Order: sequence, then structure tokens, then C-alpha cells
Amino acid sequence: MPPAIEVLGVAKRYGSLEALAGVSLSVGCGEFFGLLGPNGAGKTTLISILAGLARASRGSVRIMGHDVVDNYREARRALGVVPQELVFDPFFTVRETLVFQSGYFGLRDNRAWIDEVLDNLDLTAKADTNMRALSGGMKRRVLVAQALVHKPPVIVLDEPTAGVDVELRQALWRFIRRLNRDGHTIVLTTHYLEEAEALCGRIAMLKQGRIVALDRTENLLQMHSGCQLVLRLGAALPVALEPQLAERREDGALRLALPDYAAVEGVMAALREAQVAVQEMEILQPDLEDVFVQIMNKA
Amino acid sequence: MTGFYTLFHKEWLRFWKVSVQTVLAPVLTALLYLMVFGHALAGRVEVFPGIDYRSFLIPGLAMMSVLQNSFANASSSLMQSKMQGNIVFVLLPPLSHREFFMAYLLAAVGRGVVVGAGVLLATVWFIELPLAHPLWVLMFGVAGSAVMGALGIVAGIQSEKVDQLAAFTNFIILPLTFLSGVFYSIQSLSPFWQLVSHLNPVFYMIDGFRYGFFGVSDTSPALSLVIVGASFVALSWLTLALLKRGYKLRY
Repeated sequence: MPPAIEVLGVAKRYGSLEALAGVSLSVGCGEFFGLLGPNGAGKTTLISILAGLARASRGSVRIMGHDVVDNYREARRALGVVPQELVFDPFFTVRETLVFQSGYFGLRDNRAWIDEVLDNLDLTAKADTNMRALSGGMKRRVLVAQALVHKPPVIVLDEPTAGVDVELRQALWRFIRRLNRDGHTIVLTTHYLEEAEALCGRIAMLKQGRIVALDRTENLLQMHSGCQLVLRLGAALPVALEPQLAERREDGALRLALPDYAAVEGVMAALREAQVAVQEMEILQPDLEDVFVQIMNKA
Repeated sequence: MTGFYTLFHKEWLRFWKVSVQTVLAPVLTALLYLMVFGHALAGRVEVFPGIDYRSFLIPGLAMMSVLQNSFANASSSLMQSKMQGNIVFVLLPPLSHREFFMAYLLAAVGRGVVVGAGVLLATVWFIELPLAHPLWVLMFGVAGSAVMGALGIVAGIQSEKVDQLAAFTNFIILPLTFLSGVFYSIQSLSPFWQLVSHLNPVFYMIDGFRYGFFGVSDTSPALSLVIVGASFVALSWLTLALLKRGYKLRY
């Protein structure tokens, strides 16, 4: 079986701006894949190229083995995209919107699946409401429903939870997780790194149109962050430990950045030797935000 | 075919749902023209021998409405979709550039023909209007609206802002339709302006359409049909080429 998404040396130029500078990656079928990066890193450009909304200046992209340019019909049938912007057609109701979207994909009678998607996204009560009359969160749900009308094996969500309340965010993730369990490949971009950490099995980080990290989420967490040790001491920090000091907090606590858990013993030994009492101690797990900041600063 | 049909249906509903604005309003505008010009000029001007000026005016006004509304339908729908961002819903599915073109074109023809029929239906009750060659009426009505529908697609793709489309409408479409012999026969013009009128493809649409009613025209209707047909082929070729490239739609 071909990979769900295969990106080969994709570059994209807008005039003098190089939005993508030769990106290659592959997403396997059934993966939950995260695409992270600061604003302007090229995430949306890459998604636009996957979706056929933009054309690569160089390189190629395949969705389920179908080239997005030469074989665009099959490629687009295999892909559902939830766009970042909250867009809608003000002339129609929610149901009409979904019936039209089904029709564009060649599906004449899609009522049963539309009802199921509406139900799963808590939209049934709003099915006959005009799109204009919906709240932002409801419009976001319709965007998700539109991306799913043709049951695509690959689903791309471009910052789906931007500006969305907690309840909808959780409901959305439950639904997306279920789709992933059912075999759909999910690609997600988000600025909420805790979301990406919790959901994505593998993550690519983009900066200025280049991939600066691509690995399994747990490997990224291990490789780059080490661990953090937060201490409250009875006396000043021994000079020997100062190189490891990452932060002096306002409440007097000290945060030390350590390469790994084994280094904790060295800190304890140095404190014993200097006869400094430990009043409070906490070991923090590395999180994706630390990794992200580290990688972005290094790249 | 389902994709094409769905897009056509959506485009049809898009104007039909607001038919007061998209159908009734242009019919009313045409009636106002008829009342004002008919009152001012009836009895003073006889363009074709034995034909009342108001009767002469009706086919021209109907065709002008057909052309302006076909153009407006395709151009405003596309430009609004681009501005509101919902164009993405028709760019993501596997619709070919031909399906895209045909759907917007047929919806534009649909609105043009509905408005044209509305103008004729609203006027025939109180002004006598012969119908010498109904088939020519139909052919020119459809062919003319198709030309303007294709032009509307080009304008809609090209325009990124409301004022760009307004400029296209006000500086190209309005002069072309007003200076095409809607209100007069070009025989009454000086040789220079007659020549200019012959360079305007809209003139042949109006003239051929009017021939269908009176059996009289400034130019041979067959020649007019060839010119309108050639305009349609040329514009369709251009529009399809733009759509295939994704010009201003797929970046």
C-alpha cells in the first residue's frame, strides 16, 4: 500500500518569497501526524499544495499514490481538508451546504452519511439553519463536516481549534480520534502544542519553509529536552551548579535544565557537598513546547 | 456529471433564492427604460417602417437585460466566493476545469434567459410585439447570454475587489450594451459610428435577437450568428485556458 501522503522535494515561491524550500516527507496510512511551526513557516502552503489549492514550483505530492496534479481527481477524492479560515456560503443552510459538497465529489444520495456526520458533530438541531445564523464554533463544525462528506481516507485539519471553546475542542478531538481509530490518516497543524503532543504519533517541525525536525513524538521529547529540576533551597545555589541554572523564579525557586534523569544524582551530590538543604524539589517532564522552542532556536 | 450538475444547481439556486434582486429588479429597470424612452420618443421616431418605437425598443431592452444579467451572475458569484473565501469548497473537490466552466456558464445563461423572458412577459400585455422567427430569438438569447456568461467568468476570476469588477461592468459591459443599437437603429448613425458599432459584438446579438421578432435587421442574422458564435468560441477558449491554469484561483 502506498503512503497516505508522499511529499517529494516540494518548493514553492511567491515572487521573491520562498514559502517552501524543498520539503520531503511521507505519512503512512492510519497515522496521526502533526505539522508544527511558527507563523509563516510554510504549513498552510504545504497543505494548499496537498489539496491542489496551490501548485508547487518544484517537486511532487501524492495522496494515496495519486499525483495531485496529474491525477488530481483521485487525489482529491482521497483527501478531506478543513481550512484554517472560517469560510461559509451565506446563501445556504447547513444541510444544503453538505448536500452540495457531496455532489461536488460525485455523491448523489449521501443522506445517511450526512445525518451521521451531523449527529457526531452535534449539528443535527442546526441542519436547517442558514450558515449566516451560526456561531463561530458551529461554523467550524460545519467545515469539519464538509471535509468528511466523501469519507476521505486522508483528513487534513489546518488549525481546526483556533478560537474554539474548550467544549468544542474536546468534542472535536474525540471525533477525530475516532476517525483515526477507524483507519483514517490525520494530518494536523496547530499552535496548541499540548494538543499535538497528546494526539500526534509523529511530528514534523517546519521553519522558513524547511523541515527542521521529523520524528516520533516520544523521540522528539526524549532527544531534545532532557529534564527540568525545580528546587527551593535553604541557601544559595552552589557555584558548581550555576551552568545548569535555566531560570530564577520570582518566588525564589530555581529551575535547572539537565541533560537526563541520571544528572539529578550529580545535582544532589553537589548540594550535599555544599551542605545546602533542599526544601522543595520537583522533576518536570519535558513537554513539546520546550522541544519546539529548542528546535526553533537551534534551526 | 454529478459534480457539474451539483455546481450548476448551486449556482442556479444562488440567484433564484434572491430572485427579487436578481430577476425582478432588472425586469423593473427594463420597464422603466421602456416607459421613459417610449413616452419621450413614441410617435416621433420610426426606426423600422410600420413598427412602433416602443415595439422596436422591447427586444433591445430584453436582450440588454439578458446580457447584463448573464455577465453579472457569473462575475459576481465568482468574485464574492473569492472574497468570502468559500471558493475553496469548489476548488477542493475533483471538479475539472470544464465542469467548472459549464456550471457557471449555464447558470449565467439561465439567469439571462429568465430575466429576458421576464421583460418580454411583462411588456407583451400592453405593447404589441410580433414574433416572426421564434427560433432566432431563442438562438440569439442563448448565444448572447453564453458570450456574456463566459466574459463574466473571466471578470470574476480576474477581479479581486468589488471596485475592480465595478470598473469592468461600468467601463466595458455598460458601454458595449448601451452602444449596440438597443435604443436606435445604427442606420441612423454617421458612417464612422456605424463602423464602430460593427466592431461591437453586442450589436450583432441585439440585431439578431430583434430580427427574430420583426424579420427585419441592420445586418444579416446569419452573419450576426456567426460573429456571436465566434465570439463565444474565442471567449470560451480563453476562459478554459485560464481555468485550466488555475489563474488567480489556484496559486
